[in-house]
Amino acid sequence: MPPPGVDPAALGGVLIVIEGPDSVGRSTHIRLLTEWLEHAGWAVAEVGLKRSPLVGPELDRAQQGNTLSPRTMSLFYASDFYDQLENRIVPALRAGYVVLADRYIFTLMARDLVRGADPAWLDSLYSMALVPDAVYCLTVSTRVLARRALAAHAGLDYWESGMDLGLSRDWYTSFVLYQRRLRQEFRRLQARYGFEMVNANRGIATIQHDLRARIQSVLAAQP
Amino acid sequence: MTVRDDLPGRLIAVEGLDGSGKSTQIHLLHQWLLGLGCRVFFSEWNSSVLVKGATRKGKKRQLLTPTTFSLLHATDFADRYERQILPMLKAGTIVLCDRYMFTSFARDGVRGCEAGWLRRLYGFAVVPHITFYFRLPLPVALGRILAGRPSLKYFEAGMDLGLAADVTESFRIFQGRIMEHYDAMADEFAFTVVDATRTIHQQQELVRSVVADRLDLARFVRRGGQ
Repeated sequence: MPPPGVDPAALGGVLIVIEGPDSVGRSTHIRLLTEWLEHAGWAVAEVGLKRSPLVGPELDRAQQGNTLSPRTMSLFYASDFYDQLENRIVPALRAGYVVLADRYIFTLMARDLVRGADPAWLDSLYSMALVPDAVYCLTVSTRVLARRALAAHAGLDYWESGMDLGLSRDWYTSFVLYQRRLRQEFRRLQARYGFEMVNANRGIATIQHDLRARIQSVLAAQP
Repeated sequence: MTVRDDLPGRLIAVEGLDGSGKSTQIHLLHQWLLGLGCRVFFSEWNSSVLVKGATRKGKKRQLLTPTTFSLLHATDFADRYERQILPMLKAGTIVLCDRYMFTSFARDGVRGCEAGWLRRLYGFAVVPHITFYFRLPLPVALGRILAGRPSLKYFEAGMDLGLAADVTESFRIFQGRIMEHYDAMADEFAFTVVDATRTIHQQQELVRSVVADRLDLARFVRRGGQ
C-alpha cells in the first residue's frame, strides 16, 4: 500500500538502496556509483536519512538533547523518511532517475527493533514505503567496523555505540555489543525482505566492482 | 488499543469540530475537578515543544503531505503520551485531553490516510475511559467559526486537498467530511455524544454528571498534600 496519491505502477526510474552501519563505506561507494552511472548516461538522484528539510534539524537537536522516548524518535525518523520518499524519491522516479538511497527503512527498523519496538507496529508504520528494485547491505566484522569508525572520527559516536541502551559503561564494549545486535536484526530483516548482503571486508575497488556488476543486471532488466 | 481498567488513573478526552465548544467544556470540567481537590492533569493536542517547530515549519512552507502531516502529529502525541499521559495514569491521576487520537483518525482519514494504518499507528495508546463528542449540526459549526474568524489557515481549511479554490468553500467541505468520520467513530469507540446546541451550562451539567457516574472521584482526591 503506497502513500495516498502515489501509484507505483506509474513510476519509472530505478530505486537502489545501500544499507549498512556507519563507517562501513556507504557514502564512498555511492559517490563512485554515481560517477559510474552518470558516465554511462543514467541520471542519478542521491537521497539519505535525516536530510529532509521538514524534520532534519529537529532530529539533530533531539539527538543532542537525548530527551525523546524511543517511540517518539521512531516517529520522528518515520516523518523524515516519508517526507523524503514523497518529496524527493517519488518525483525523481517519476522523472526516470536512478535513485541511490543511502540507507532506507531497514536501518530505521533495525535500530528500533534493537530498542524493543513491536515488530508488527513497525511493519505497519513503514508499510507505505516503496519496494526498492534492489537493496545491498554492506557488512563487515565488528572489529573492522570499530577501527574504521575510530579512524574516521577519532572517537566513537554516542548513538552508533548504542550508549542509550546501557549495554556497558565502556564505549568500545557497548559499540561491539550494539553493532552485533544490529547485525542480528539485519539478518532477520534480510530473511523477510530478501535483500543482498555484500561482504565489505574487502578493498574498496573490489566491493565497487561487485556492486557495479549487480546493479548492471538490475539496469539491464529495465525497459 | 484498548481501555485499560488496570491503570489506577482515568483518561477523559473531548472531541468535536472546531467551534463545537469542547475546549470550553473541558476547561470547566478541569476547574470543577480541581475544586473537588482531585489529582488532575490537562493535555492539549499538538502541544509538545519539541515537535512544534517541525509542524509549524511544515505548515508555513506547505511542505506536508497527508502522511507526514499525520506522522508529525503522531510524533507530538507519542512525546506527550509517554512523557506525561501514561505516567500520570500510572500514578493515579485523572488526565484530561483536549483532542485525542480520534482527531487524527478523522482529519487524516479525510486526507486519504488509510483507516487501518492510522489505528495501528496509534495502537500503543490506551482508549479513553470517557470520550465526549460535542456534536453540532454542520451549518451551526461553520457559522460559529466563519463568524468569529474570517481568515482561515491553509491546512485548517483543508486547502491541501484541493477540494475547492475558495478557502471558505474548502473549509465547509473539509469540516463536513470530518464530521462524517466523527459520526462513524461514535459507535466504534463508544463516544458519549453531547448535543452542543444546548447552552454551555446545560452541557457542563451533563458532562459533570457523566464523570461523577463513571468515575469513583473520591479515589482521586488529594490527601495530605499528595
